[in-house]
Amino acid sequence: MVTSRDDFSIAIRSAFLKKGVKQKFSLLALIIASIILLSLEAVNSKSLNFVRSTIKDVVYRISFVASIPGDSITSAFTNIQNYFEVYEQYEIVKSKLQQLENQQNQVNYLKIENDKLKKIIDNSDIYNYESVTTKVLVDKKSPFLKSVILNKGFDSGFKKGMPVLDGPYFVGRLTEVNYLSSRALLINDLNSKIPVLIEPMGYQAIMSGTGDKLALLEFLPKNYQLEAGSVVYTSGTGGIFFPGIPIGRVELIEKKFHIKFFSDLSQLYLVNVITSKPIGNEQ
Amino acid sequence: MVLFRKNFVSRFFSLIPVLILFFLAFSETEFNFERLSFLSFNLIYIVIFYWVLKNPDILGYGFIFLAGIINDVIIGLPIGVSSITYLVLAGFAAYVRYLTVEPSLIYDWIVFVPSIAVTNSVYFYILRIFFDIEVNYIALALNSGVTIFLYPIIGILFNFLFKIIIVQKNV
Repeated sequence: MVTSRDDFSIAIRSAFLKKGVKQKFSLLALIIASIILLSLEAVNSKSLNFVRSTIKDVVYRISFVASIPGDSITSAFTNIQNYFEVYEQYEIVKSKLQQLENQQNQVNYLKIENDKLKKIIDNSDIYNYESVTTKVLVDKKSPFLKSVILNKGFDSGFKKGMPVLDGPYFVGRLTEVNYLSSRALLINDLNSKIPVLIEPMGYQAIMSGTGDKLALLEFLPKNYQLEAGSVVYTSGTGGIFFPGIPIGRVELIEKKFHIKFFSDLSQLYLVNVITSKPIGNEQ
Repeated sequence: MVLFRKNFVSRFFSLIPVLILFFLAFSETEFNFERLSFLSFNLIYIVIFYWVLKNPDILGYGFIFLAGIINDVIIGLPIGVSSITYLVLAGFAAYVRYLTVEPSLIYDWIVFVPSIAVTNSVYFYILRIFFDIEVNYIALALNSGVTIFLYPIIGILFNFLFKIIIVQKNV
């Protein structure tokens, strides 16, 4: 290996400036192009957004097709695994069903009572929202960023910030909307911060993603007395999300309160995007 | 006809590294195991470093740049982050290529360690400082460790492919 200073600079120059026989661009030129592209990310103009949106739509569609072989293998493995667990799950489900039937009777009674009380206080139905069901197009299982790509965009009325539900459970919000596709940031992403309500205590707090299967509860009130098993809902603070959408249960792990989600965020397939605005935020 | 077939076969084998790169960029196959996240590794880094070191004409810088942009769109990062990190890694490989008289997999492996460290630092700092995106640096460090560990194993497999490409070119 050559070590003199001249050879060092010659090697650097050759590596970054010299083009190979079949190369059309030098490394330095492409690094500069990347820096320019990164700088353009900060520019928010209509034409640039249109170009970005088109590029993303095209790449997502190609990515979906390219993922088919890998996804087929993964789903085949999952199916085999599921077959082995069927009987065990059947027994658990059977006993849960019995419990649920009992609870259902109680819920029906409470619902009727609730409707009567609502009529008395003349309140409109806060859970009456419109939603659009969409398929998860690509689920990039990155260890660093937790998000999914959905196969509907602003042609279906999607807008940035809209909440995403898996069945009745809150799983994330839209952070990027293109014409035919959109990206939902999941609640376990490190960058996700959601105002939540903890019942039955009624505490308000912030749920922060950890990049893992659990989320962390932050900004709890002073002298709080939280119990494991309490249910966490969206609080609706700030008028971004509907209040009362269930998220998960509180768990105490290593003296810190975490949230275990009701929904398995690694298995999202069909999700609902709430397209109507919460009451008090109609504009 | 025979000449055409020979050219086609030779071309096809030369295109395999590019096809692997784009398949990885497009198909989310980043080898991130959901349940065993500590085993996730970045195969794209190995592909870029190995092939730029062996012969940059097989895996062009333009393709690396494009794969970076695709990867950014798929993961949802600001467009250009992966391109810069991939090109920095390619720069390391190209620099080592110019300095190395006698290439060996073990020597390449040793150089791969600081290259990955610098590349991932660039990635981390761009996201954290310029875009204020939180990145799990422990996961990133583990990912780098596994990638480094797997380099010689995948390098041996690529050595076979490289030999086939050379043989096909000389036929």
